[in-house]
Amino acid sequence: MDETLSKKLRILADAAKYDASCASSGAPKRAAGTKGLGSTTGSGICHAYTPDGRCISLLKILLTNYCLYDCAYCINRRSSNVRRARFTVQEVVDLTVNFYKRNYIEGLFLSSGIVKTPDHTMEEMIEVAKKLRREHRFAGYIHLKTIPEASPWLIEQAGLWADRLSINLELPNQQSLETLAPEKNGGTIRAAMGQMHERIVEAKAEKRRFSPAGQSTQMIVGADATTDEGVLRTSDGLYRRYALRRVYYSAFSPIPEPSKVLPLKAPPLQREHRLYQADWLLRFYGFSVDEVAAGGDAGMLDLDIDPKLAWALKHRERFPVDVNTADRELLLRVPGLGTRVVDRIIAARRHTTLRLDDLARLTPGLKRARPFLITPDHRPTRLIDRQDLRARIAPKPAQLELFG
Amino acid sequence: MGRAAPSLVQIQLGAGADLDGFRAAARSLIAANLPPEAVVFTSGEAADLFGAPVLPEGEPLSLPRAAADLVGLVACHRDPERWALLYRLIWRLTLGEKALLEVMSDPLVHRLAMMGKAIRRDLHKMHAFVRFRRVETAEGERYIAWFEPDNHILAAAAPFFRNRFGALDWTILTPEGRVRWTGGALHYGPPATRDEAPEGDGFEAGWRDYYESTFNPARLNTTAMRAEMPKKYWRNMPETAAIPALVRAATARVGDMMEREPALPVKRNPDRAVAAMQAAGPRSLEQLNRIISASEPLVPGATRAVLGEGPVGAAIAFVGEQPGDQEDLEGRPFIGPAGQLLDRALAEAGIDRASVYLTNAVKHFKFVRRGTRRIHDSPTAGEVKHYRWWLERELDLVRPGLVVAPGATAALALTGTAIPIGRNRGPFRFGERPGFLTVHPSSLLRHPDPEAREEGFAAYCEDMRRIRDLAAA
Repeated sequence: MDETLSKKLRILADAAKYDASCASSGAPKRAAGTKGLGSTTGSGICHAYTPDGRCISLLKILLTNYCLYDCAYCINRRSSNVRRARFTVQEVVDLTVNFYKRNYIEGLFLSSGIVKTPDHTMEEMIEVAKKLRREHRFAGYIHLKTIPEASPWLIEQAGLWADRLSINLELPNQQSLETLAPEKNGGTIRAAMGQMHERIVEAKAEKRRFSPAGQSTQMIVGADATTDEGVLRTSDGLYRRYALRRVYYSAFSPIPEPSKVLPLKAPPLQREHRLYQADWLLRFYGFSVDEVAAGGDAGMLDLDIDPKLAWALKHRERFPVDVNTADRELLLRVPGLGTRVVDRIIAARRHTTLRLDDLARLTPGLKRARPFLITPDHRPTRLIDRQDLRARIAPKPAQLELFG
Repeated sequence: MGRAAPSLVQIQLGAGADLDGFRAAARSLIAANLPPEAVVFTSGEAADLFGAPVLPEGEPLSLPRAAADLVGLVACHRDPERWALLYRLIWRLTLGEKALLEVMSDPLVHRLAMMGKAIRRDLHKMHAFVRFRRVETAEGERYIAWFEPDNHILAAAAPFFRNRFGALDWTILTPEGRVRWTGGALHYGPPATRDEAPEGDGFEAGWRDYYESTFNPARLNTTAMRAEMPKKYWRNMPETAAIPALVRAATARVGDMMEREPALPVKRNPDRAVAAMQAAGPRSLEQLNRIISASEPLVPGATRAVLGEGPVGAAIAFVGEQPGDQEDLEGRPFIGPAGQLLDRALAEAGIDRASVYLTNAVKHFKFVRRGTRRIHDSPTAGEVKHYRWWLERELDLVRPGLVVAPGATAALALTGTAIPIGRNRGPFRFGERPGFLTVHPSSLLRHPDPEAREEGFAAYCEDMRRIRDLAAA
């Protein structure tokens, strides 16, 4: 790889890394055969992990980091003095193919700063995807960041080539957008999400290919004053209205070239982690936003314990539950029991009576679950009333590696 | 059930994941009604071949799907006890515990499930962490990797690489064996050594650049990294050489960022570019048409976009369904049989064709090929909606006094919802636009009864007269 291309890659990978989305999942299984290149496996593959603990699945780059927008949280805003670079369409195609052939990546995640016009930028991104699919018969994963300000017909084109489309909401409400991202508009973003949702649903029903892995979005956490409850309420609305596959939460992270209007802080990593856990509770555990929020305080989640445990400690009257008779919804509320463990419990108890030893084989989370469960050889009636229950099962506070 | 055999039976299996050998042995053992306590499994060269009795072949076993999958996975495990454990599972499954695998709390099932999970993880990590290096040879380019899996998974991992890199000539070398994909087949070979693999690759430096740049020092978390990418894999992954320096520098890099005062922009604010960006989008019909012509068809079959035709500011615009065979060939709307029928009706009503704007909801001819013929295929609702934005912008730019939708497709394109024509035939509003709903001329052509055809055409002409009067008003 020549030196100029290397330099561009460094700048444009650095510029793209604040996007938390990494998944290469959700695409229908396919293989290119002996004439093309690539396959998708359904659940996606992480090809490497960087020392921040995050995975590299896709080659995540910007087409360019020149940008006419001026979003305060973004390293690439027009008022930033960051070094700029611009890939040609062909350079991105070649990089993707060469990285892919060496098994470094699952595919491409392409985003871009806004150059000239949103339409021009979107057209170039579509061109990359189209070239990969057409000229290289590339069957690997392609995630295209959609520019909501671009003309709506470009979304219709993007969905033909991409496995996943996404638009970042970035900030959970219109007021924050107006303050921190003046060129963005919540209404425009939602309209584009709505358009993609409609097309994705229709194409699935008509057995056509249009962004088969659906759409996702990202919200930055900690750049504005929105509470966890506010963030989750926005997510909940997005999941309901647009059937998003994922909402990514990205702790606002220090960037080189910070903006005056947005002072840097340590990234709220623990808060981000709790939001992901709460998000899971909304999607897979039958929790409502109100219930999740009730586990915390003043709209903020408890940072020391996970949101399910926080909820359970405040609703002790619902426990303990009998592992051998409780229905699925109730078991899902037990701290330490995940959806797969609950399904295993339900399958196993059809054939046998589960005792504590059996549970220990079914879940690694028995220590946390124990005070909330009844088995023939275990009845925690007194434990559940103890004042120090929280201290007994909450994990010891762990030192985060950089920020305590 | 008969009695157990009095002495231990020794079963000799091949080295590694000898699944076929195990299947055959399990069939024979079950047929001979030998319980797990009576069997000893040995594998590899260490085993004593001479003491092994020859058992008669058994009937194929019918195992539940989940059990067969688990056997296939656990067979790859490096644990020498795996065959004995698997035989105990099969023994119990065939002895009446058909649903045994649902009881994940059972100690045997639990242990085998954990072994299966370990294999799945090993496979997944191999799919993820193999790094090919490209070499030029006399027979063309080859991609070669050296990898050290924990278990006997080479054969189980190979299909993934075959599916993904079917067009490449690739080889994976491992201490236990090798596999090469070439000429449309997988070829297995003897154990390899690291020095048989190529030394480097021209893209590794670039890959390391990427790895370093995508790391965010403000989120340093090496525990999470090591949980997912244990150190044992690092020596065969070129990017991991960057890790120590990245970790060492992280704290200082973040400190630097936090201390630095926000800098004023060096460049002037690009006011004009920002203003120009917001005013973008096609501002004339010609610009829009250029975009449509350059775009990818959103229906299968099409070769070219058929654009609208007629004067801007026309009193009437007709929005057809989609171009047909003839329209596609000549690149003009409403010139096929349906177009000719429209011409006749327009003439009857005294409307000059040259004064109206003619276009289609779907800009491309969707067809299926039957021999040499291209058969019209109706666009789906989703396909019609793919095209709505162009149509909307087109009508904004043409600004017709009255928009005529002949047929349900046009109505769907103009409203976004399905509108039954029969009930709504006549004047109709498409949002802000005054319009008129009528039947599609091709529906008149298709009617088998000539008398009904005539009646239909008369009604169609009557619609045209009303359209003429509405547009004039």
